[in-house]
Amino acid sequence: MAEKVLMKGNEAVAEAAIMAGCRCFFGYPITPQNEIPEYMSRRMPEVGGVFLQAESEVAGSNMVYGAACAGARVMTTSSSPGISLMQEAISYMAGAELPCVVVNIVRGGPGLGGIQGAQSDYFQATKGGGHGDYRLLVLGPSTVQELVDLTMEGFDLADLYRNPVMVLGDAILGQMMEPVEMRERPKRDLPPKTWATMGAAGRQKNIITSLYLDPAKLEKHNLHLAEKYGRMAAEQVRYSAYMTEDADVVLVAYGTTARIARAALDRARERELKVGLFRPISLWPFPYDALAAATTGAAHVLVVEMSLGQMVEDVRLSLGETKPVHFYGRTGGMTPSPREILDEIVKIVERGA
Amino acid sequence: MQKVFGRPEALADVPTHYCPGCTHGIIHRLIAEVIDELGVRERTVGISPVGCAVLAYDYFNCDFVEASHGRAPAVATGIKRASPGSVVFTYQGDGDLASIGAGEIVHAASRGEKITVIFVNNAIYGMTGGQMAPTSLPGQKTTTSPRGRDPETAGHPVRVCELLSSLSGVGYIARVSVTSPANVAKARRALKKAFEVQLEGKGFSLVEFLSTCPTNWGMTPIEALKWVDDKMAVYYPLGDYTRVPEVG
Repeated sequence: MAEKVLMKGNEAVAEAAIMAGCRCFFGYPITPQNEIPEYMSRRMPEVGGVFLQAESEVAGSNMVYGAACAGARVMTTSSSPGISLMQEAISYMAGAELPCVVVNIVRGGPGLGGIQGAQSDYFQATKGGGHGDYRLLVLGPSTVQELVDLTMEGFDLADLYRNPVMVLGDAILGQMMEPVEMRERPKRDLPPKTWATMGAAGRQKNIITSLYLDPAKLEKHNLHLAEKYGRMAAEQVRYSAYMTEDADVVLVAYGTTARIARAALDRARERELKVGLFRPISLWPFPYDALAAATTGAAHVLVVEMSLGQMVEDVRLSLGETKPVHFYGRTGGMTPSPREILDEIVKIVERGA
Repeated sequence: MQKVFGRPEALADVPTHYCPGCTHGIIHRLIAEVIDELGVRERTVGISPVGCAVLAYDYFNCDFVEASHGRAPAVATGIKRASPGSVVFTYQGDGDLASIGAGEIVHAASRGEKITVIFVNNAIYGMTGGQMAPTSLPGQKTTTSPRGRDPETAGHPVRVCELLSSLSGVGYIARVSVTSPANVAKARRALKKAFEVQLEGKGFSLVEFLSTCPTNWGMTPIEALKWVDDKMAVYYPLGDYTRVPEVG
């Protein structure tokens, strides 16, 4: 077992990427993720990698597109307004089937919003963000350790599916320090990048494009992508369920909010309220079936988010009319407290009784 | 019998979609000739733009990547940084490079990215049907300047070589045309120089071609070539714009 080190979330993401073999980083300064490009600017030259501060997120994400074309393991990171600017390149990379990792250290919006942690980019991350029929693999870590593990895993998944992967963190996770174990991962068998464009030495030329002017060909391409998204949805569902077996009320929360929900759960259990917690880890694919299974015996579901209610729509898709789905959210960079969540639980139980 | 003329290996043996009298075809051929002459076809990666040359990847016989509108220099940067042994060139029109991609071209040049940019300036948006370009001349009639471009409201045409020549990262920058055999020969020399600058690691290189659009200019191919010489080359003088680096 590797020893534990105390690391800030943002720096841990950067080192995790290096350990996963990422050798190209393009980024643009934006709070609250600046420690990532700063760390990369020091670290990349030490490992023979590329660090480049782009002139904008638009350019930086298109540099990622280029480096991915050349077969490199490549990452960019930003925060909400910057991620909005990257949607063009993200759509093109999804269309051209280019692997990369994009980390969003989410801050409050809309517009310039604020710089405190939020979860209001869930729709953008999981429902499209850019134009066209496409999906990203979206991973929602809730600890710095998970931020490290999922970032490393993200590079493998990107290569495995030839698809951009988004790690959806938030300002709290990026800024907090926690002990982490920087574990070397077993090497995965991944398909060779025979499609990369570095010069057609000894082979036919490779073309990387997302342009299909013939609608029949574009439909065929979209159906090919859909088949891939289907495999991703079948193979990459991740979640954790805690004390859901006997729960009357199941909390559903991801990322930072899941930790706060867990604290509320502990207080509720002290009062002998049967509360469980379901935490989606893959936000796309969303664990629809697992959530339905984990809440079979529950009378109520309470979704908690740092937004006005985005993931709650997926919870409702999962559960339909089978039971009441309640929502509690704080927004704009405010965090729900365990006390507030407990109050909501008590209200639901009292109303239900 | 000795063969004295043939298709360059770097040019694919396919018909192009370009209109009669458009000079994209000549420019494509010159690039392919230079790639062959320098012996770099198997190291070369081209980046096609959004615009008339969007399908350029079908016309060259080397690796190619399609970029989004204006971002070719950023995509080229990513490829070149990840694969420094590759020879990387972008092929961009005036709308792509001087309007929506103005930020990317300025910063790629200022960083001295070791890439070669082929800038094809025909003073109009060709593929979308003849709208005003950043390089449309004052008074030029287009579908979005039907009374002629009025600099008072529509702004002034952008002189890209002059603009970029002040940047220290630029290793070579020149403006050429292909309106006569003599000009074609000069253009070929400029292109070769631009690729050599990249190969020697001497920074960013760009060749601007004054090009024709008979279809959207509403001219015959011969009238269009004359318009390049008589109108465009006056506003956009041909020549080498590389600034001698300051000492110290």
